[in-house]
Amino acid sequence: MATTFYSQIAANRRNSVLLALVLTVLLGVLGFVIGYGLTGYLVGGAAATGIAVAIAMLLALGSYFGGDSLVLAASSAKEIQEGQAPQLFNVVRELAIAAGIPMPKVFVIDDTAPNAFATGRDPKHASIAITTGLLEKLNREELQGVIGHELSHVRNYDIRFTLLVGVMVGGIALLADFFLRFTFWGGGRRSRSDREGGGGLQVIVFVIAIVLAILAPIAARFVQMAVSRQREYLADASSVELTRNPRGLEGALEKIAMDQEVLEAANRATQHLYFTNPIKKFEARSSSLMATHPPIIDRINRLRALTGEAPLPSTEARLLQGLD
Amino acid sequence: MSSTVIVVIVAIVAILVIGVLIYNGLVQRRLRIEEAFAQIDVQLKRRHDLIPNLVNAVKDYMGFEQDVLTKVTEARANAVTAGAQGPIAQAQAENVLTGTLRSLFAVVENYPDLKANQNVLSLQEQLTTTENQIGFARQHYNAVVLDYNQAIATVPNVLIAGPLGFTKREFFAAEPEASQVPVVQLR
Repeated sequence: MATTFYSQIAANRRNSVLLALVLTVLLGVLGFVIGYGLTGYLVGGAAATGIAVAIAMLLALGSYFGGDSLVLAASSAKEIQEGQAPQLFNVVRELAIAAGIPMPKVFVIDDTAPNAFATGRDPKHASIAITTGLLEKLNREELQGVIGHELSHVRNYDIRFTLLVGVMVGGIALLADFFLRFTFWGGGRRSRSDREGGGGLQVIVFVIAIVLAILAPIAARFVQMAVSRQREYLADASSVELTRNPRGLEGALEKIAMDQEVLEAANRATQHLYFTNPIKKFEARSSSLMATHPPIIDRINRLRALTGEAPLPSTEARLLQGLD
Repeated sequence: MSSTVIVVIVAIVAILVIGVLIYNGLVQRRLRIEEAFAQIDVQLKRRHDLIPNLVNAVKDYMGFEQDVLTKVTEARANAVTAGAQGPIAQAQAENVLTGTLRSLFAVVENYPDLKANQNVLSLQEQLTTTENQIGFARQHYNAVVLDYNQAIATVPNVLIAGPLGFTKREFFAAEPEASQVPVVQLR
């Protein structure tokens, strides 16, 4: 029990450093290619490498220190004070005590879809965001289960790695999309007017596009690592370890599975942070490799296995999957 | 000759450094226990402070069941004084208080007016969270004690822990919940 959570912390710290390193090296190589291509000298390549590495470090430091504010702002989450939601604060405080971590900042997302996420760089700088739908639809016990799950992500340092993945990799994915479109569509038109000024710029754009095209799948691989099913299963199990009450979390998962609302504020760069996949259409395909969350039904059955209960009967299971 | 001296010095320095690291790790774990213990005390005090408010809020409604309120008030007074009589007496008194509070809430269920009273509801939520916080704080205390006890009992820490006075800590005994199920009087 204790071993899994300490080893999870170690793995998350290691992966965070690894991610920053890989990104720095890749951007460094990219910089060298551009610099060498542009100037034709190794010195030019070296200078551009320096610039690119500096950019990579800024990106990494920026994500580390400011990424949580960015993610929260992108999800239109608003920080609330104790008086606005006393019960929510009570539940968060209870489980922070159980997990032995400081009280995180509490945010609310004004959306009827029930969901939640945690972010931050470590337990001392952590935030937890809950949709108003979650607050309305869950009872106290179920809320405890969900908050326990999120605070387990905080305690395990899952938040640090998923934050870096979200901001850095999300950024690269967006850039890749942008440059690929630019090269294949806009780039063609542009070249005609560019002829008099020389085609150097276009070559650079093309090279960037190629490198980003190579980077994007690697980025996707990191996203997959970040959202590994084990991470979610472990957070579910840790939640029960904290609350000593599997029923609450199970009830929450059931209610959320039955809910058909879509969370407006979630997007590709933030979906892996949430308690359950906020983009419901993906849920149907969640048995595929690229899914960001394990199917809810599997999570419920694992919780039932913890208490020695039989898995849900297949009729009920089909209902929960929305296939009936 | 000189190379042997260097090897010996390096070895001694390495052992010292490792020893200091282990010692610091153990001290940190011991501090975590103290922190966890203080946390429990904070919650217990909070509960003691909340109870008079609750009793005041409900006493006008519960004319027929004054004895439930008297028991809660007595149990609270006992718990407050038991704080000075050592951890075992304190734990016992607190457990009795928990039991009386449970029976009070069970009785409140019989009074629709009381259940709808905003003040009572808010006090009930506050006491619920305090109860939970006490429980979770004890649970966390046991987790850090377990971690510490394991740390001082394993090699190589045990070589340092013994001579430097790191002794095994006691767990919080589980609350005897089942034996104190409140009796609900249906009238």
